[in-house]
Amino acid sequence: MTLQQAKFEYLLRLGDSSLIIGHRLSEWCGHGPILEEDIALINIALDFVGNATSILAYAAQVEGKERTEDDLAYMRNERDYRNLLLTEQPNGDYATTIARQFLYDVYTFFLYEELKKSKDDTIAAIATKSHKEITYHLRHTTEWMYRLGDGTEESHQRLQNALNDLWMFTGDLFDMDEVDALLIKEGIAPDLEKIKEAWEKHVKEVIIEATLQMPATTIKQTGSREGRHTEHLGYLIAEMQYIPRSYPNTKW
Amino acid sequence: MEDSKKLEQFEAKIASGQKIEPKDWMPEAYRKQLIRMMSQHAHSEIVGMLPEGNWITRAPSLRRKAILLAKVQDEAGHGLYLYSATETLGVDRKDLLEQLHTGKAKYSSIFNYPTLTWADIGAIGWLVDGAAIMNQTALARGSYGPYARAMVRICKEESFHNRQGYEIMMQLAQGTPEQKEMAQDALNRWWWPAIMMLGPGDDQSPNSEQLMRWKVKMESNDAIRQRFIDRTVPQAEFIGLKIPDKDLKFNEATGHYEHGPINWDEFFEVIKGNGPCNAKRLKDRIEADKKGRWVREAALAYAAKREKEKVVA
Repeated sequence: MTLQQAKFEYLLRLGDSSLIIGHRLSEWCGHGPILEEDIALINIALDFVGNATSILAYAAQVEGKERTEDDLAYMRNERDYRNLLLTEQPNGDYATTIARQFLYDVYTFFLYEELKKSKDDTIAAIATKSHKEITYHLRHTTEWMYRLGDGTEESHQRLQNALNDLWMFTGDLFDMDEVDALLIKEGIAPDLEKIKEAWEKHVKEVIIEATLQMPATTIKQTGSREGRHTEHLGYLIAEMQYIPRSYPNTKW
Repeated sequence: MEDSKKLEQFEAKIASGQKIEPKDWMPEAYRKQLIRMMSQHAHSEIVGMLPEGNWITRAPSLRRKAILLAKVQDEAGHGLYLYSATETLGVDRKDLLEQLHTGKAKYSSIFNYPTLTWADIGAIGWLVDGAAIMNQTALARGSYGPYARAMVRICKEESFHNRQGYEIMMQLAQGTPEQKEMAQDALNRWWWPAIMMLGPGDDQSPNSEQLMRWKVKMESNDAIRQRFIDRTVPQAEFIGLKIPDKDLKFNEATGHYEHGPINWDEFFEVIKGNGPCNAKRLKDRIEADKKGRWVREAALAYAAKREKEKVVA
């Protein structure tokens, strides 16, 4: 594997995760539990679409095959998508959305903090901009972890169930392969083992503070690095891509 | 002070171009009319998120997706801003939403039409927001301070929405034959509802002299409609789309376009709740409210616990 291939692959992982979780959040539009949350969720979705656009544009440039960010978003199939399994999980109830977002926000908070120091200038620049947004996202989801965890009996139970159900997808966050090995060596990407330590510590602190229990399950699903997804992604992509797929070579 | 004296001062203040502020004395009819108008406007913003939200997950490019997200976020922000402005008149958002859910309060008739293709997102920005701007720039000169100021701010964002809608239509109209057909079809379906959303004709909706004097209503529906048509017809011609009105013609003498008869029966049916999407829009809003109840309860319970801790500490 060349450095260029590794970089392209790595950028897809970052960009696809943003795109897919942004898509999921945008599904809430107009259906949120309160108007203020509608605004917050759309705002966060917009940050993710912006981040995905920058990263996929850079991925296309790195690839050098004259594809654009839209080609990458709209013309790749399920097996070519590299987003984390966690990001494609359906919205469920509000507790599920908050739990999913919280687990992901803690991850990106520590990951992008390291990416700010990347030896690749473009990645470092994108990470610097995004990390400011992520800090805000994390504050928002953390507050909701507390509200729902330590709110009513119902909200507590719903959030606990959501955490338990989503926990199996958290192993995927830290899965590493030769792409990571190569980029770590070049100082472009961080070692996910270190991110994992920080993530586990922080997640545990918030879960306990929110009067919740750490999920007991040890089952871990992985596969996003090789484009092995859950059944949910196919539907999401079919919906997202339908116009450009139906009318190839057309400008919108 | 006697009410007649207060009324005299109130009217003099408006006549001199000053704004009425929340703590100022105001006649009950003024307050009621404003609550009705402002809450209706707020409801329109949040119900309006639904037909457009319908296309966010299917927007055809990342740029279009980001623009549409930003636009719908603006609408939600307008809704919040307007509910808050309405609350300055002594009502609660909770009660206003209750009125929306029970059908007691109305929202703009236009959002009871479906968004069937991507071109509908262009048509809404171009026509619906275009018509709304015509109405709202007039309302920005109204007498109630919080509402007038809200209108100034909202109009700025609406003109961005209007431009992005027109840009979508232009792109389609200059695109493939299929795209052009999609754009024309959207114009065909949205033109008359957009014309109608500005309200019944002056013969059916006599402007209360009092509301005009109080600067609650600034212009007649027909006058606003005329400005909208005069502005929009050349825009359609410029991008090669045809306004679906065989009677439409330009009157050289008046300098205005004359339009064919409007199907007001359709308008009143939609207002009564019999439009294509009335039931769905309301159901979506009620369901969101119901599904969100436990979330709001949790937030309140959490806040109450923190409050108690503070007292104990």
